[in-house]
Amino acid sequence: MREPNPITPVLEVKGLCVSAQNRKKQLTPIVSDISFSIAPGKVTALIGESGSGKTTISLACLGFARAGCVINAGEVKLGDVDVLRLSNAQRRAIRGKDIAYIAQSAAAAFNSALTLNRQVTETAVINGILSQEEATAKAISLYRELDLPEPETIGDRYPHQVSGGQLQRLMAAMAMICDPRLLILDEPTTALDVTTQIEVLRSFKKLIRNKSTSAIYVSHDLAVVAQIADEVMVLKDGVEVERGSIDNIINAPQHEYTIELINAAHIMPEQLPAARTPLLNADSSIALPLLRVETVTAGYGRSHKYLALHDVSLEAYSTRTIGVIGESGSGKTTLGRVISGLMNVKSGSVSLEGQPLDDAIDLRDRDQLKAIQFAFQMADVALNPRHRIGKILGRPLAFYFDLSQQAIDNRVAELLELVELPTEYALRFPRELSGGEKQRVNLARALAAEPKLIICDEITSALDTVVAKSILALLVELQERLGVSYVFISHDISTIIQMADTIAVMREGQVVAYGTTAEVMTPPHHPYTQLLLDSVPAMRTDWLDNLA
Amino acid sequence: MQRLLLGIAILFVVSLLIFIGTEILPGDVAQAILGQGATPELLENVRVRLGLHDPAPVRYFRWLGNLVSGNLGASMVSGADIGQLLGERVWNTFMLAGVTALIAVPLAILLGLLSAIKPNSLMDRTISAVSLSLISLPDFLIAIVLVMVFAVKLSWLPAIANLRPGLDFFEVARMMVLPVTVLVFTVLAHMVRMTRTAVINVLSSPATEMAILKGVPRWRLLLVHALPNALAPIANVVALNLAFLISGIVVVETLFNFSGLGRLMVESVTTRDIPVVQICAMIFCTVYVLLNLFADVISIVSNPRLRYPK
Repeated sequence: MREPNPITPVLEVKGLCVSAQNRKKQLTPIVSDISFSIAPGKVTALIGESGSGKTTISLACLGFARAGCVINAGEVKLGDVDVLRLSNAQRRAIRGKDIAYIAQSAAAAFNSALTLNRQVTETAVINGILSQEEATAKAISLYRELDLPEPETIGDRYPHQVSGGQLQRLMAAMAMICDPRLLILDEPTTALDVTTQIEVLRSFKKLIRNKSTSAIYVSHDLAVVAQIADEVMVLKDGVEVERGSIDNIINAPQHEYTIELINAAHIMPEQLPAARTPLLNADSSIALPLLRVETVTAGYGRSHKYLALHDVSLEAYSTRTIGVIGESGSGKTTLGRVISGLMNVKSGSVSLEGQPLDDAIDLRDRDQLKAIQFAFQMADVALNPRHRIGKILGRPLAFYFDLSQQAIDNRVAELLELVELPTEYALRFPRELSGGEKQRVNLARALAAEPKLIICDEITSALDTVVAKSILALLVELQERLGVSYVFISHDISTIIQMADTIAVMREGQVVAYGTTAEVMTPPHHPYTQLLLDSVPAMRTDWLDNLA
Repeated sequence: MQRLLLGIAILFVVSLLIFIGTEILPGDVAQAILGQGATPELLENVRVRLGLHDPAPVRYFRWLGNLVSGNLGASMVSGADIGQLLGERVWNTFMLAGVTALIAVPLAILLGLLSAIKPNSLMDRTISAVSLSLISLPDFLIAIVLVMVFAVKLSWLPAIANLRPGLDFFEVARMMVLPVTVLVFTVLAHMVRMTRTAVINVLSSPATEMAILKGVPRWRLLLVHALPNALAPIANVVALNLAFLISGIVVVETLFNFSGLGRLMVESVTTRDIPVVQICAMIFCTVYVLLNLFADVISIVSNPRLRYPK
C-alpha cells in the first residue's frame, strides 16, 4: 500500500459538489462539478480568491464538510477507495494516516494546552502504527529535515513558545508522521512574513521532493504556487475556470480571470513609478512637512518597559504619501498609534503643521483630532455590526461639525459617492457588505472628518488582490481630489513602492532606511531592504530554486 | 504569590466588616446579649467582661490578635471554649460539603460534556431543561418535597440528619442522602451550563477542526483536546458554586437538623452569642477566599501560556 502505483493516480476527484444547507434543508451550491486527479509525487495547486471554494474542495478530499455544508455529489477516490462512501469511523482512520492536512494558521490550529511532540505524534500513536518512542524519534528526524532549531528538544515545548514560521513547519512534521500518500496544504504560508515565507516554502518543497508525496496546495498567490506546484486549477465562485501545467498557466493564461489574477498579483514594478515633484508653496518655496515625528521612543508595559519604537523620526507632507514598511513586530502599527494619540510616548514629539501635539488623545483639541484620522486593517471588526452605514458615517459628522440631521444625510450620501458606493448603502448593515465594500466604508468614515492626514494601517492586507488593487486606486484618486496626506503602513513592499512618495523601512522598532522612494529603492540598498525585496516571490517557476 | 497576598488582604477586610457588623453598629451589645429585662448592674458586668469600654479600634485589634493566635475565646451563652464547640461541627459541615462536591463536580462535568458533544440534540435539551428547573426551585422547597416523598410517604430515608457520636458508617450515609441530594441539585445547573459553553467554545476552534482532520476520535477530542482548554472557566465556576454551596449549607443544615457550622451560626444568632457568630462568619469567608484562590491556581496550571511565559 505504501508504494504508489505509477500508473493509477493517487487521488481522483470526479464531479464533486458541495453545498451549504440552511435550516429548511435548502441547498446553495458552494462548489460544483469539480474533477481533477493527482499523479504520484505531483503537486496540484488550487488557486482562487476568498469564496472560490478552494478550501471546501480540499476538505472534501478528507471526506469532511464544515458545519452547515454537505457534500452532495461526486466521488473522491483515494487509490481504489471512494472516501465519500466510507463510514465516519473509516474516514477517521484514513485521516492523518493516508491523507494529511496542513492548516493555514498554525498558531490557531495547534492546541495550546498540549506539548508539540504530543500533537505531532498523536495520529501515529493512536492508530497503533508506531509506539510513542518510535513516533518521537521519527518526529525528531522530521524536525531535522525541516530545518527546525534544536530538533531534539523543540517538541517538548508548547505552541506559544515557538515562532509562527516554526509552528508552520511543525505542522508539516505532524502531517508527515504517518507518511501519508497525499498531503493537503491550505494556504500554509499566507499568515507568515515574507522573509519567513521563503524558509517555510523551501522546507516544504524539500520535504515533498524527498518523500515523493503527492500534494494539493491551496493558495491565492500564484507566484508562491509557481515555486512548488506541477499542475494548477484556477477556481472562481466554486467552478473551475482554467486548468493546466504551471508553466502554461503563468506564461500563457487563456481565461480572462486568470489574466486578471496574474496582473493583480504582487509583481515588482520593473521601474519605479515616476516621482512627484517636491511639494512647493504658492511662492514656490519648498513646503514644510504637515506632520513631523521627532525621535519618538515608546513601548508597552509599565513605564514603557517593552520598547516598540526606538528613536523614530519621519515627516509626512500634505497631498503626499509616506509608506511605512516592516514585518510583524517592526513597530509600524505602534507608530500609527503614537501619531494618532492612542499611545503615549516615552520621549520625543509629534507635531502637526509646526504645532506640537499632545501624546494623549484626550488632551488634543477637536481640530487636532479632526486633522488626523485612522483607517484600520480589519474593516469587519472596526465597524459596529449593529449600526447602519448611515449611522456609522453620521457619527463623526455630528461629533466634528454640529450638522442638522438633513445636512448629515446629505453629507453621508456625498461620502458614499466619494468612495464609489451606491448612496442606498446608508441603510445597510455592515454584514450586508463585501470585504472590499466594508473597507471603503472604513475610508469614508476617516474622510468624514475632512482630515489632513489619514493613517492607513494595512488596509488592503485582508483583501483579495483584485479588490485590494481597486482600493489602492481609490486612495490615489481621493488624494488627487481632496489633497489628503497618507501614512500608509504595510508589510507588502510592492504596494508600498506603488503608493509612496517617501518610504520608511522599519525593523525591530527602528527606521533602518528612510528617503524618497527612488532613494530607498535604488541600489545600493540597506541590507534589510534588499532582503525584503528578494523575499517577494517572482512569477516564475525557478525563483525559489535560484535564490541564494 | 500575588494572589495569596491579595487573599490575605481580602480576609483582613472581611474581618473588619464582620467586626463592624456585629459590634460597632448602633445598639448596645450588652443589651443585645442580655435582652430587654437586664438590670443595669448585669449590663455593666457584661460590658466590663467584653471590654466594651475600650475604643473600637483597640477592641478590633484585640479580637483580631486573638483570632490569629488561635485563641477563639468563649461562648457568651454556654461559656464553653469556642474551639471545642466548633471542632466536630466544622468536620460535619466539611464532610457534607465535601461529599456534595465529590458528587456534583464530576457529575456536572460529565453532563456538560454530554451536552456539548451534540449541541441542541435531545440529550442536550433534556439535560438543560432538568438542570435549569432544579436551579429555579429554592433549595428549601426541594428539601421539603424530598422529605415528603422519601421520608414521610415512602419511609426509605430519615427526615433529619442528626449526626451523633457512635453512629456507624451506614447510618451516617443514610442520613446524608437527602441533604447531599438537595445541595447537589442547587449547585449542579450552573456548573453543567458553564462546562457545556466552555467545551462548545473550544470545539468550534480551528484547533478542533485540525484534530478532526488528523483523525482523532470523538472521545479523545473531548477529553484530551477540549477539556484541558476548558478547564480554567470550569474551575472558576466550580469554585464559585462550592462557595455558594457553603452558604446554601446554612439552610440545609437547619432544615435537616444537621449538627454543623451553619446551624451553629443560626443558633448563635438567635441566642445572640456574638463571638461564635463572628468566628463562623470568618470561617465561611475564609473558605470562600480559599476556593477562589484555588480556581486561580487551576487556571494558571492548566494554561501553559501562564505556566511557561515566553
